[in-house]
Amino acid sequence: MNYYITYFIAAIGLFSFSAFFALFGVYAERKISAFIQDRLGPTETGKYGTLQTLADILKMLQKELIIPAAADKWLFMLAPAVIFIAVYLGFAALPWAPGLIPSKTNIGLYYIFAIISIETLGILMAGWGSNNKYSILGAMRSAAQIISYEIPAGFAIISVVMIAQTLDLQAISAQQGILATEKIKFAGFWDVSQIGGLFSWNVFRAPHLLVAFVIYFIASLAESNRAPFDIPEAESELVAGFHTEFTGIRFALVFLAEYSMMFLVSMIAVILFLGAWNTPLPNIGGVKLAAWTTGVAWGILWVVLKTLALVAVQMWIRWTLPRLRVDQLMNLCWKVLTPLAFACMLISGVWRLWLM
Amino acid sequence: MVQRVINAFTTAWKGLSLTIRHLFVGNTKRVVAPVSATNYFKQLEHGTNTIQYPKQQLPVPEVGRYQLDVEMDDCIVCDLCAKVCPVNCIDIESIKATEAIGQTSDGTTKRLYAAKFDIDMAKCMYCGLCTIVCPTECITMTNQYDKTVFQLSDLVYQFSDMTPEDAAEKRALFDKQQAEKQAAKLAAMKQKEGGA
Repeated sequence: MNYYITYFIAAIGLFSFSAFFALFGVYAERKISAFIQDRLGPTETGKYGTLQTLADILKMLQKELIIPAAADKWLFMLAPAVIFIAVYLGFAALPWAPGLIPSKTNIGLYYIFAIISIETLGILMAGWGSNNKYSILGAMRSAAQIISYEIPAGFAIISVVMIAQTLDLQAISAQQGILATEKIKFAGFWDVSQIGGLFSWNVFRAPHLLVAFVIYFIASLAESNRAPFDIPEAESELVAGFHTEFTGIRFALVFLAEYSMMFLVSMIAVILFLGAWNTPLPNIGGVKLAAWTTGVAWGILWVVLKTLALVAVQMWIRWTLPRLRVDQLMNLCWKVLTPLAFACMLISGVWRLWLM
Repeated sequence: MVQRVINAFTTAWKGLSLTIRHLFVGNTKRVVAPVSATNYFKQLEHGTNTIQYPKQQLPVPEVGRYQLDVEMDDCIVCDLCAKVCPVNCIDIESIKATEAIGQTSDGTTKRLYAAKFDIDMAKCMYCGLCTIVCPTECITMTNQYDKTVFQLSDLVYQFSDMTPEDAAEKRALFDKQQAEKQAAKLAAMKQKEGGA
């Protein structure tokens, strides 16, 4: 019985975390975009406008739920839930600290990639169900983009998995620090099993994973529909793409999913490439910085810090780079990223055989 | 191909470094200076550019074409402004006085009451012609640019300080004087005819 209570607590905790992160993310996005453009952003609601997103949520909760007369009612109503739940379920297998993971499963990575692919289905449901040509165009563009970019992202991940030899996210995390049970070599020659820190992160263990990381990061921008890959929304072409017809809390759910997705893909990047919950500080002789900064609380701190840094980079990119045309994006995906990811996978195999 | 990838990364980095530079200068607030200040355009290059309007206001020139204002005591109700107005936004109704009713500040004698002096600022196109033709310079444009109302009808500014009762009384007085004059005239004519 206690078993189930723990499950519920974990589920509610993850939900409140993603909701809280969405509030924080929207506020941070507004402020970052404002400062980049020499503006101030929200200033009136609360100190420096801190309560602005909370006020927005309260406003959205009060709004009427409108279903267009010609919409496919069931698809339309279910779509935001499918979009959000797909992303939310992905959170279940993310490790937060040594020994702290909502669902310890040995195929965690596989599960996450399977479950967040369902988001595409939700977007297609939203686009088709809205019975609006802009929505269906946005949904089609989104589906084309997400399905295409899952290939380079998948191969970048496979190159990590080939190095790590496991799909268990907790095991992958443990390999990248002083808690590793096997021998860790920096760039294939220097034994850093006892040193840990920055040097044992995957991107430094096998330097070609740095390329894989960049490929994964670009693909993850596309997966979460962020600029410069925001063609599903494309406010100048489609008004707001697949969520044009959504109002009130349904629109809020779509937004919640977008920000949760940002966090999710960044956290996967951190887990796979940037040392997960491991500290960046190495042991230097008698100064055991890595040993001192490893633990459950430290783990949560490091993983959240690294993830938020990546989220900040995503926002930074959004307010710098312009949106590309859909054919340019497809070009990039199929002609540049996919072959590169293949090459990374090949190097991973060779690396595993000869250098590890 | 490799060249293009390198090019994409360097140009993207150029843009990213440009935006991140701006991200960290946002803590300097904009100095509120008039556009005539020597460093007005220089200061827009660093710090935030938005001003928080009701709390901070940009200085405007003292002489500006923003809102029409009428000094009613100086008005001789000549109707010139209403006639010259290209969009007919000035509406004046005058009542002749029975005698001279005073002087304006520049010494012109006032002989008319303004029963109505309305300016519809919603129609006004800020050309300033009315201020030029005014012989007593009683109609002017002020530098008050912030005027927001909840009803469109509130944009019709009523400058006349006469109450309807006042106007009716003055009208009756004028009519009475006219009638007396008419009667006097008739009597004079009758006398003339009788004398002839």
